[in-house]
Amino acid sequence: MAGTDDLIKHYEDRLAAFEERLRRIEESAGQPVAATRPGLARTRAGTGLRLGVDVGGTFTDLLLLDERNGRTYTAKVPSTPQDSSVGVLNGIEKICASAGIAPSDITEVMHGTTVATNTVLTGSGALVGLVTTKGYKDVLQIARSYVPGGLGGWVIWNKTPPLAPLELTIEADERMDARGEVLVPLDERAIRERLKVLLESGIEALTIALFNSYANDAHEKRIAEIARSIRPDIPVSTSAAIMPEMYEYERTETTVVNSYVRPVVSKYVSNLQGELKRRMGNGVLLQILRSDGGLSSAQAAMDQPVNLLMSGPAGGVSGALWIAKQAAFDNLLTFDMGGTSTDVALIEKSVARTRRETRVGDVTVRAPSIDVRTVGAGGGSIAYVPDLTKALRVGPQSAGADPGPAAYKKGGEEPTVTDANVVLGYLPSDARLGGDMEISRDLAVKAVTKISDALSISVEEAAEGIIRIVNENMVGALRLVSVEQGYDPRDFALIGFGGAGPLHANALARLMNSWPAIIPPGPGVLCAYGDATTRLRNEASQTYVTRVAATTDAKIADMLKDLERSAATDLTAEGVAGDEQETLYQIDIRYHGQGMKLTVDVTPEDFARDGLTGITSRFDSEHEQLFTFALDAEHEIVGLRAVVQGAEKQFINSETRHAGTDASAARVHATRIFADDEWRDAHVYDRSKLVPGNRITGPAIVTEMDSTSLILPGHVGIVDNVANILIWPEGHPKAQ
Amino acid sequence: MTAKIIEANPTPFSRVAVDPITLDIVENALRNARNEMDAVLFRTAMSPGIREQHDAFPMIANQEGKMVVGQFGSFLYGFINGYDGEIEDGDIFITNDPYSCNGAVSHLNDWLMMMPIFHEGRLVSWAAMFGHMTDVGGKVPGSLPTDAKMIYEEGLIVPPTKIYRQGGLQDEILNIMLHNTRMPEWNKSDFFAIIAALRLAERRVRENIERFGPDTYISAMWDMLDRNKQAMGAIIQMIIPEGDHKAYFEDWIDDDGMGNGPYKIACTLHREGQVAKFDFSASDPQSYSSINFLLNEEMFKMFFGAFTINLFDPQILFNDGFYDLIEVHIPEGSILKPKKPAALSCRTHMLGRIFDLMGGLLGQGAPEALNAAGFSDSPHFMYSGFDRNGEWYQLFQIGFGGIPGRPAGDGPDGHSLWPAFTNVPNEFLEAYFPLRIREYATIPDSGGAGLHRGGNGITIAYEMTEKGEISIHDDRWLTYPWGVNGGEPGMRSTKRLKRTDGSEENIPSKCDRIAVNPGDILYFNTWGGGGWGDPLKRDAELVLADVKRGLVSEDGAKRYGVVVSRGNLDTRATESLRRQMAAKAGEGQLFNRGFETIAELKNRARRETGFEPPVDPVFHGAAAAE
Repeated sequence: MAGTDDLIKHYEDRLAAFEERLRRIEESAGQPVAATRPGLARTRAGTGLRLGVDVGGTFTDLLLLDERNGRTYTAKVPSTPQDSSVGVLNGIEKICASAGIAPSDITEVMHGTTVATNTVLTGSGALVGLVTTKGYKDVLQIARSYVPGGLGGWVIWNKTPPLAPLELTIEADERMDARGEVLVPLDERAIRERLKVLLESGIEALTIALFNSYANDAHEKRIAEIARSIRPDIPVSTSAAIMPEMYEYERTETTVVNSYVRPVVSKYVSNLQGELKRRMGNGVLLQILRSDGGLSSAQAAMDQPVNLLMSGPAGGVSGALWIAKQAAFDNLLTFDMGGTSTDVALIEKSVARTRRETRVGDVTVRAPSIDVRTVGAGGGSIAYVPDLTKALRVGPQSAGADPGPAAYKKGGEEPTVTDANVVLGYLPSDARLGGDMEISRDLAVKAVTKISDALSISVEEAAEGIIRIVNENMVGALRLVSVEQGYDPRDFALIGFGGAGPLHANALARLMNSWPAIIPPGPGVLCAYGDATTRLRNEASQTYVTRVAATTDAKIADMLKDLERSAATDLTAEGVAGDEQETLYQIDIRYHGQGMKLTVDVTPEDFARDGLTGITSRFDSEHEQLFTFALDAEHEIVGLRAVVQGAEKQFINSETRHAGTDASAARVHATRIFADDEWRDAHVYDRSKLVPGNRITGPAIVTEMDSTSLILPGHVGIVDNVANILIWPEGHPKAQ
Repeated sequence: MTAKIIEANPTPFSRVAVDPITLDIVENALRNARNEMDAVLFRTAMSPGIREQHDAFPMIANQEGKMVVGQFGSFLYGFINGYDGEIEDGDIFITNDPYSCNGAVSHLNDWLMMMPIFHEGRLVSWAAMFGHMTDVGGKVPGSLPTDAKMIYEEGLIVPPTKIYRQGGLQDEILNIMLHNTRMPEWNKSDFFAIIAALRLAERRVRENIERFGPDTYISAMWDMLDRNKQAMGAIIQMIIPEGDHKAYFEDWIDDDGMGNGPYKIACTLHREGQVAKFDFSASDPQSYSSINFLLNEEMFKMFFGAFTINLFDPQILFNDGFYDLIEVHIPEGSILKPKKPAALSCRTHMLGRIFDLMGGLLGQGAPEALNAAGFSDSPHFMYSGFDRNGEWYQLFQIGFGGIPGRPAGDGPDGHSLWPAFTNVPNEFLEAYFPLRIREYATIPDSGGAGLHRGGNGITIAYEMTEKGEISIHDDRWLTYPWGVNGGEPGMRSTKRLKRTDGSEENIPSKCDRIAVNPGDILYFNTWGGGGWGDPLKRDAELVLADVKRGLVSEDGAKRYGVVVSRGNLDTRATESLRRQMAAKAGEGQLFNRGFETIAELKNRARRETGFEPPVDPVFHGAAAAE
């Protein structure tokens, strides 16, 4: 049966490649016209300073990267939840001061944001009105008729109401056929009358999603014009512009979610962009990280915020990928613990698992995203003891950024996870949090005493209980991305980052048996790192459905050439010189009658030589490898795409010194920590003084500008060549 | 005769203790493998029935053939016991013959493939999957002939056959099968899609064994089966009272498409000690037409288990472990156990009705947990012919009615009662078939009134753009999806065909070969779900919201005693109407079927539906059921 196994192995490899391509297809679907959209041309000063900015619930992290010499600067400032851009601007001032540059020296700002996600999670989006084709107003009410669960799942399932309420849905008298030809012309007078009523009913955003508009969106565009002429202040999203694909429900839902988050996101991005321009000059380029780890221009982000639902977490995963590549770990569990929540994801063979759709709360849209799971537990999670059960609970309530944990001296009184870390000595009171914040152990003890009194135990026992419970919650999330997907966590290393990740990473690696626990340099700003190191690329694509027999090599070659020009123009405008650009053609193709499509990659040279015959035979063999069979059916082209990308940035890491195992030069002072039921002697180390090869025997605390790492008793931390701390159980064969 | 299993390695498995973490990992890995089987299938299958609607069901079983993950329970045990031959590494079996696998599949359209999974010379697991093929030959396109009297009219019959032998595809057999269908390309693609899914399951099972070792893997599966048995044992004790009293419930299929009906299915339930006993003896005998349903007893157990466990632990990975705790008696020759060669193709109505029956049967002991009726059918629409270029087109599509009102809340409008099923996107239909969908909307007021409203049915307006023929299989055009606990029944299903010349006709619920021309529009209107609880107690604001959403009309609001005029709630008129209605209402009934007796229902059939009532069926060998 070796033959079968080989076949299946092939199949799986192909499946992975296939998924990757689907991701890319959808990525391009997300912004199909970015390359040709007018008004996006930008100039680039070329000083090469890139700024990554990640806004979390508690802190705003910044990372400044000088592409010319690979040097980095980091900064951390408190987030400003009422208007996040205030925190961003504070951070910029701070980082410019520490790097000794003027804000106007920064040419690119890359930003991961949770604004869109929070809007959905808190239900604070816009009131959305919807226009459908006549006969289709129930499109969201009926959805795909799918009921989750097994046989009898309908007994307990309740459907959540559509984000565009049915009472705010109107129908347009119009109809396109599947080939995009007008069957029923748009009745402009009737829709104008209905729009007047709808637009004055209190809606804050409008979605227009007409039947068959993926084939021809002329009516969608016309209705959008009419709507704008009535109420220019209400933003309009049209479905073919957001998701130019077949399937009316998915397109409508995705567009409605876009409308739902759009006013909030637009306001945020445009404020931020305005402020950046004021400080950095009009030439500054703001780009927003998309859910799938790609980059989006500020304008595209404001028009298509549905692609940003996972923007924040994607930055962390991108950063972890970057670190993993440097440190040569292929399989990673990423663990990003912030103040209010924790995001986990799985990276296998240096590829982050992605999904074809994005899910936030109850909402699912057709926009690709990195598969990130979020739990509502972080450093700010509040511990409490319910009177009735006398159980110790942690979260999901959070002290957030304001007032924050009691130890931060900002008026917080409730005991949080951070306070427990302080009580146990894991977070020494002389640790620096963003450099400027002080920690009070007395206030932390006072807060945690609420718990120890309620449970009649010592304050240390209460604090350790809080840590153990919150760790167990994290384990639940890590199991979701690993065990529950069929992966064995023992085959993965665990990378801990975010403000609180390095404090908990060792304990989690122990619970999951995932070694080593990796603490990257600058763990508090890894998301910002991910934001800043994302590679520039551009695509232009076109849906073009035709049977292969009905077209010619020459026609397809011309179309691909046009797409290539279109994609390259924008990249050139962004400062990537023509000779640094690589072009790849992609042809989406399937058997006529199939629903899925495969993407065949081909270089311009190969297409010129082999033409469509080369494509169809490649498709047949890929189909056979992927699915174990090929058919003698007709081939059908579904779409064409040209991908142009700049060369991958190589950032030189400044850590090149290599020394012995002795880390004593980095010792700051002795301390005591409480772990495994007793107080123990430990040392505090200064991370900036550690050099590759150093070994730190636990228990130990490692502090740095933005973060504090904990190495537990019985474990050892080893500094690798790129300045990561790798924590192993003492005596682990790889810890030698 | 029992199959002979050829194992190169005779070492028996030994049961070892499995720690809870490992058990969870194995369980989740198997759950994931099942999901991956679906994913591969849906990507590569061509027929819309599988590709878009997901009419296919995967399963992974232990080496004894007991389902460990899947949906419709394990028929493998029966297959292994009934197969007269050898089973060895590299074999894959195919069958579509209900009579040779004791109803594991219940009509010829379902191609069932079963693959033993070996590891180092030992049988360690089974993977199986069946999918509904759009066409398997027979007398009508779609292979679901309403008027078939024998199974031979319904397509090519394939008894359990090795379609792969020691790893090699038996092309000639596959060729014969494909030559006997109107849609060979779809069937071929769907066939290989299922094989690809089975191979994936094999790969995953072997990975698990490599990871955990064979004894741990096998023991983990046993543990999972035990866990279910324990859970189901507790549930059975909880919901079925012990003793002599037998709960009884009956329901009907309206007709057989040949003018006879209704056909009754009936069941009693009681518990003796640990064991729940279901007895279908009072059901009607088999029909002369194709509405018979060969119900596999094991499958019924699975229906029962899956249906009830949702109330207690919807996350559990459901399996076969509890089968010993249930006994099912179905008499030979009844409509649920017809004798060969009775026709079976249109068993869909009975299959759905079994769930309404089970709900009514179980709910009598616990009215708060009782759901209304709505699991009434899977409305089928078929459309085929040669287009103007002379190319054959053929569509098979399953529709959805309203989910019934439930203790948990209102029934969703136009949603599926079948797991995993989804509708076919209308844009897809228009892109690939000579059709335009003029309207796709919920039918106001079709859901039964209740404290929790029954879900509305759907109207689909199919405009044909080519000459062709349509077939329909549907029910609940005469009897209603019943309401419970004071809730009202849902609206019946109807089908109207509007011709280009302006004429309109009612189309019966079961018919074949209705000729259609370009421009003709079929309005296929599905039934609404029954209502749950007293409609007079529904919050008037909720009724008003439904009116604003077009789900209930202003007139329909009166069924709730709610007066809405020009979009506004008339509070005073509502109070007075509700008072009047409450005074008139008698004792609240547990079940509201919308009729007193079958005879009374038939008397008003013509007036209300436009159709003559079906005549009482005549059975041959009627004694079999008495």
